[in-house]
Amino acid sequence: MSSPVITVDNLGKSYRIGRLQQKPQTMHDAMKRMVAAPFAYLADRLRDPTESEILWALRNVSFEVQQGEVLGIIGRNGAGKSTLLKILSRITDPTEGKARIRGRVNSLLEVGTGFHPELSGRENIFMNAAIYGLRRSEIEKKFDEIVAFAEMEKFIDTPVKRYSSGMYTRLAFGVAAHLEPDILLVDEVLAVGDAEFRKKSLNKMQGVAREGRTVFLVSHNMDAVLSLCNRALLLSGGRLIADAEPQDVVGKYLEVGGAGAADVMASSQAKPGQKLKLTHIRVVNGEGQCRAELDKRSGLIIEIEFDVLAPGRGYVVNCQLHSLQQGCVFTTSSWDTEVEHHAARLWSVGRYRASVKLPADILRGGEYYVKVTSAIPAVEILDIMEEELRFTIMDTMGPLGQHREGRQGVIVPVLPWSILPDEA
Amino acid sequence: MNAEQRTENTFIEINAVQGRVPLNLHEIWQYRELVFFFLWRDLKGRYRQMALGPLWIFVGPVVNMLLFTLIFGKLANLGPKGVPYPLFNFTALLVWGLFAGTAQSTASSLLDARFLISKVYFPRLVMPLVGILTSIFNFLVSFVILAIMMVHYRCLPGLEVVFLPVYLLLAVVCGLAVGLWWAAWIVHYRDLQMVLDYLLKAWMYACPVVYASSLIPEQWRSLYYINPLANVVDGVRWCLLGMNAPPWRMVGLGFLVAIPMLILGAYHFRRTERNIVDVA
Repeated sequence: MSSPVITVDNLGKSYRIGRLQQKPQTMHDAMKRMVAAPFAYLADRLRDPTESEILWALRNVSFEVQQGEVLGIIGRNGAGKSTLLKILSRITDPTEGKARIRGRVNSLLEVGTGFHPELSGRENIFMNAAIYGLRRSEIEKKFDEIVAFAEMEKFIDTPVKRYSSGMYTRLAFGVAAHLEPDILLVDEVLAVGDAEFRKKSLNKMQGVAREGRTVFLVSHNMDAVLSLCNRALLLSGGRLIADAEPQDVVGKYLEVGGAGAADVMASSQAKPGQKLKLTHIRVVNGEGQCRAELDKRSGLIIEIEFDVLAPGRGYVVNCQLHSLQQGCVFTTSSWDTEVEHHAARLWSVGRYRASVKLPADILRGGEYYVKVTSAIPAVEILDIMEEELRFTIMDTMGPLGQHREGRQGVIVPVLPWSILPDEA
Repeated sequence: MNAEQRTENTFIEINAVQGRVPLNLHEIWQYRELVFFFLWRDLKGRYRQMALGPLWIFVGPVVNMLLFTLIFGKLANLGPKGVPYPLFNFTALLVWGLFAGTAQSTASSLLDARFLISKVYFPRLVMPLVGILTSIFNFLVSFVILAIMMVHYRCLPGLEVVFLPVYLLLAVVCGLAVGLWWAAWIVHYRDLQMVLDYLLKAWMYACPVVYASSLIPEQWRSLYYINPLANVVDGVRWCLLGMNAPPWRMVGLGFLVAIPMLILGAYHFRRTERNIVDVA
């Protein structure tokens, strides 16, 4: 095994944040503050920051990456993922520690870096590729491929300011997809664009991984991390707290994120103007008990409590079940049950409890998490609950258990079969 | 990094900024194509959809020259004897434009490029380089007008013209020195941009751009020529119009001061360039 392509050693980055302003206590203080105000910026910059003004976005982070690894970085917002990527991309300096990278690096922190609206698509392709370090001759060789990938043959000579946002993204991604670095650092670029574009991005990522290049992916999309990556790092509060197989790390993320139990409450408050707030989700087994481990032979019920804060129509609650091992299992919605009455029902202000029942004997053994959202379909999103419900379906084997567990499929339902002789 | 280096085992080392940061000029050489792409992008983008397009490059100096001719030439009669004022003035305006343009575009290069810099890596010194090349390009375009004027006034340069690059080089070196120091500080204190504008305006009047240096009394003249740009302006006039040359030792002094300032400015720039993303 050759030496690692990326070595990170005790990396740390601190930022200076503004000092919390205290209200002036006396008239004297208020006057002093007003006079000094124009020079406050200068005065603050000239003095050394106090303890409370230093924020460590990253601290004591160390790891190594070998050639060909596809590494996912996950963590809550503010955990330091983008900071780590920026340091490795040489966009910002670390405050302490060091890193060593071997090979050609390309960072995709946004699409369309350096695009100039007055220039045509053709000119911008050259521009963008040059920014990423490609030589003119290399760009010329790949030009036709890029245009074909982006499906932009007809519009390649029109100024970019005339493009629709979809065309813009396709072109930008077309260039990004044809870079051939040894190491690719990607920061949630997969999050922009429509569903089809996201699928294309994901496919391209998979292609890059299969070619044996090293990929470093920062993402909030657990499914992407689980399917693309062969290793994951978990950052929390600027520190590296897990470095293992994606499944284990994602599991830990959900645990650490506060979605530990089979009964979770929303931690954030309702925002002003919010019409609906999801407050509480819970999973309950066949006997009505709230348990984190459930027997697959009994059905389970997911209970969702929410508050309607403003009357309205068309409110719908959605529930999405994910398997840690296999990705998204299904999405179900309160809309499915009351379609005829849905549009007409007027929700009045108050507290409600929704429950959705999963049939027994359908889920495979393993770990699951549930994401709950609320919306007015095709109109607006009302609330997204950050905390995720988590539970385990136990591998209880009934008489036919062993046979069923070996089957392929995301779910293992027991369905009624009927076999009768065919009357000719 | 580029394709040629993929086969080599080159390392990129990322360290916390401490002490002297190397200039890495060889890296800028690797990215030389990018410099031209940026230049091309700026020029093309700026003059699209303009009726007069690139003609605007010299409209500024020409208008200034006309105004100065009227006020300082005709009314105040500050011009030299024997040389037509418009030619006298325009020559100076051109080389002054080279210096001031270099200083200003270098100084604002980092701040202007902050959105690019925060998303992708390339050696930041590329941006000031683009600024200098833009100024040189503007100078060359305006030089065409100057050439036309010289033919019109039948004032053709003698052998002294071979020294012209020396003075132009001093102008660029000074502009770069000022610009690099300023660029690093502008990111932290935006008002420095305006301070630079006013400074340059005042500096122009400290140089013999609108008046002849013969106006300065003899005993003050040595002090006057401590300003390297005064040497540049008079030097260029000597090369092209045959007027009196500035003392050579003062030109030498100019280089002696400007070059270390430039080198120190470049190191200072390198020290601050990566943390600019955190501040801007």
